[in-house]
Amino acid sequence: AVSCRCYSGGRRTVTLIPGDGIGPEISASVQQIFEATKVPIDWDPIDVTPVRGPDGMFNIPQKALDVIHKHKIGLKGPLATPIGKGHRSLNLALRKEFTLYANVRPCKSIEGYKTPYDNVDLVTIRENTEGEYSGIEHVIVDGVVQSIKLITEEASRRVAKFAFDYARANGRNTVTAVHKANIMRMSDGLFLKCCREEAAEHRDIKFNESYLDTVCLNMVQDPTQFDVLVMPNLYGDILSDLCAGLIGGLGVTPSGNIGEGAALFESVHGSAPDIAGEDKANPTALLLSAVMMLRHMEMFREADIIERACFDTIAEGRAVTGDLGGKAKCSEFTNEICSKIAEQV
Amino acid sequence: SQPLASLYGGRHTVTFMPGDGVGPELMGHIKEVFRFAGAPVDFEEIDFSSNNSTDADMDNAMLAIKRNGIAIKGNRETNFDTPGFKSRNVQLRTELDLFANVLWCKSIDGVKTRHDNIDIIIIRENTEGEYKNLEHENVSGVVESLKIITADASRRIAKYAFDFATKHGRKKVTAIHKANIMKLGDGLFLKCCKEVSELYPDIQYDSMIVDNCSMQLVSKPQQFDVMVMPNLYGNIISNIGAGLVGGPGVVPGMNVGTDYAVFESGCRNTGKHIAGKNIANPTGMLLAGVDLLVYLGLEQHAGLIQDSVINTISQKEYQTPDLGGQATSTEVVQAIIDDIKFKTQERYKKSHS
Ligand SMILES: Nc1ncnc2c1ncn2[C@@H]1O[C@H](COP(=O)(O)OP(=O)(O)OP(=O)(O)O)[C@@H](O)[C@H]1O
Ligand SMILES: Nc1ncnc2c1ncn2[C@@H]1O[C@H](COP(=O)(O)OP(=O)(O)OP(=O)(O)O)[C@@H](O)[C@H]1O
Ligand SMILES: [Mg+2]
Ligand SMILES: [Mg+2]
Repeated sequence: AVSCRCYSGGRRTVTLIPGDGIGPEISASVQQIFEATKVPIDWDPIDVTPVRGPDGMFNIPQKALDVIHKHKIGLKGPLATPIGKGHRSLNLALRKEFTLYANVRPCKSIEGYKTPYDNVDLVTIRENTEGEYSGIEHVIVDGVVQSIKLITEEASRRVAKFAFDYARANGRNTVTAVHKANIMRMSDGLFLKCCREEAAEHRDIKFNESYLDTVCLNMVQDPTQFDVLVMPNLYGDILSDLCAGLIGGLGVTPSGNIGEGAALFESVHGSAPDIAGEDKANPTALLLSAVMMLRHMEMFREADIIERACFDTIAEGRAVTGDLGGKAKCSEFTNEICSKIAEQV
Repeated sequence: SQPLASLYGGRHTVTFMPGDGVGPELMGHIKEVFRFAGAPVDFEEIDFSSNNSTDADMDNAMLAIKRNGIAIKGNRETNFDTPGFKSRNVQLRTELDLFANVLWCKSIDGVKTRHDNIDIIIIRENTEGEYKNLEHENVSGVVESLKIITADASRRIAKYAFDFATKHGRKKVTAIHKANIMKLGDGLFLKCCKEVSELYPDIQYDSMIVDNCSMQLVSKPQQFDVMVMPNLYGNIISNIGAGLVGGPGVVPGMNVGTDYAVFESGCRNTGKHIAGKNIANPTGMLLAGVDLLVYLGLEQHAGLIQDSVINTISQKEYQTPDLGGQATSTEVVQAIIDDIKFKTQERYKKSHS
């Protein structure tokens, strides 16, 4: 894993990918809040708009990749992936380049933003490099398609180990491995075996294993029973969105992609072209992703201050954006958070 | 008291497979309730539990279902850690070609849940996809698992979904997929659904990606009507759906093919931790029994039992611990039977006065 330790007094430089659509607005909001908090971070903004390479394919500019390689840590706004315009998914390209093997999504109920589910506080950790997303598919004969799900010991162990280390570092008690080994005995069986072995190496963390279907069932009935969950790619894709739904959706859910070459934190919502440039976007998801990033860099104090100010602002409800049922502009919401922080810093 | 005699002529024989965990007790309740409702059904009991694990036992069970054409079963436990493991439940569905799994997730008045007014029918392809059991280890530590999607099976399940929607006066069918990633496999499924939808101009058709769908289900479940999907997504969505309306204890399920039908609890739970404690919720299994009666054309008996089950379980005092109540299974079943007796006596009085 990457080492992103920040020793007291040291300033760190962080790559910033503002992104498309509402990306620049919500990135500016995060920067403003970081400044108000006096976080010892310098931003290095980069443009990842694809350029045409020698092979005729559109790709992220090498210069941008070099910057991420240099700083090893980044914050990223939404990137629009135009369909069928001849370039690959940028998210996919970044994931490949930096072997971002674990997608981490904390889902914590937001006081003041009422959903049918209270007191949710869990983290989904999704294996992000293989599984059903290997992209290997064949038409065997006309009308018969075979898609290959690839599970390797290496990737399973890597993400399992990460889950236990994450639990330990973040003061969490339990890791639940989510699988379907009763049906996919060998592939999910291998994933589960790796989790069991890592559990044995992390005896201070409680380990559970549970079927995917049982987790889905229990999740909608009582999500408070879960802590950290770790799972293969597809299950993670589905469950992480389900969990985001419990706390109010993608507009408030942060995420982090942890890799061997870098760590990239991002809001998982889209670029919302319909409201771009209108100062209407909710920056919460990106801000909470930035908070995750701070914790990853062990800047716990700053992380706590920002998170508290954000949650308090939402709970008060005076200055929240349209998607949370308010009337405030993105900038008003941001200013409110900054003034709360100013009282403390 | 005596159960009422059958109101109609011919009796039906149904294969009866108690299974493991809470299966035997729940299936026992079905027998009793059917008896008091005067349902003209005889059960042929077959032990399809993990005690009977030989291939000969399996053949015997299959023969019995094929003979009667219809079965009701408790779930059988699958212990995936044992060598030579085979899911007999999967094998049963595949061998009988029970291509459609149908789950009706409907809010029950009086059962406290987080969302109200849910009425979703989940139709799941039941024979292929990830459940084909095709896996191999290429080199040590690298496993490939094959998911198979065929046009035939996809078209067949899509057609089943639209026919079901038509028959039950439903407005919309939503296909659930992940075709943005599995472009060929789920792409084929989606293409088949689209083609079939064109034959049903009166039914609205749309599609949704499975991760978004799971998020929508916990935020705005009322938007869904009939949903159709490949096997694994079906497993996921059914459990979310069941969780939304009160859990595995209240949702019935059926597996239907061209020739045979097998009824069971919606989530196919074994519930081994609550077995023998007299606390399992009998609702889901009894409603599976109701579906069985409908399938046999015994609409009156089905309606009678369904009304009594819903009427009973809506009352707090007849709710089992899974619904936050304190009733035992037998208290619930007794209340259902009392309700049935009351209704049949009223009916008897009316017809004889
Ligand atoms: N941060 C946000 N604040 C407020 N509204 C948002 C935010 N993010 C998304 N939305 C809203 O959610 C809806 C879906 O947005 P989203 O960007 O995912 O659309 P999309 O078409 O999928 O975009 P993309 O192609 O970039 O993924 C839009 O109506 C948008 O306005
Ligand atoms: N008819 C029922 N009434 C009430 N609860 C049920 C019923 N059937 C299943 N459950 C509960 O649903 C959950 C999932 O059951 P499932 O059979 O999938 O798992 P299991 O491994 O058998 O669980 P357990 O052994 O914990 O009961 C369990 O908590 C189980 O007790
Ligand atoms: Mg997703
Ligand atoms: Mg989007």
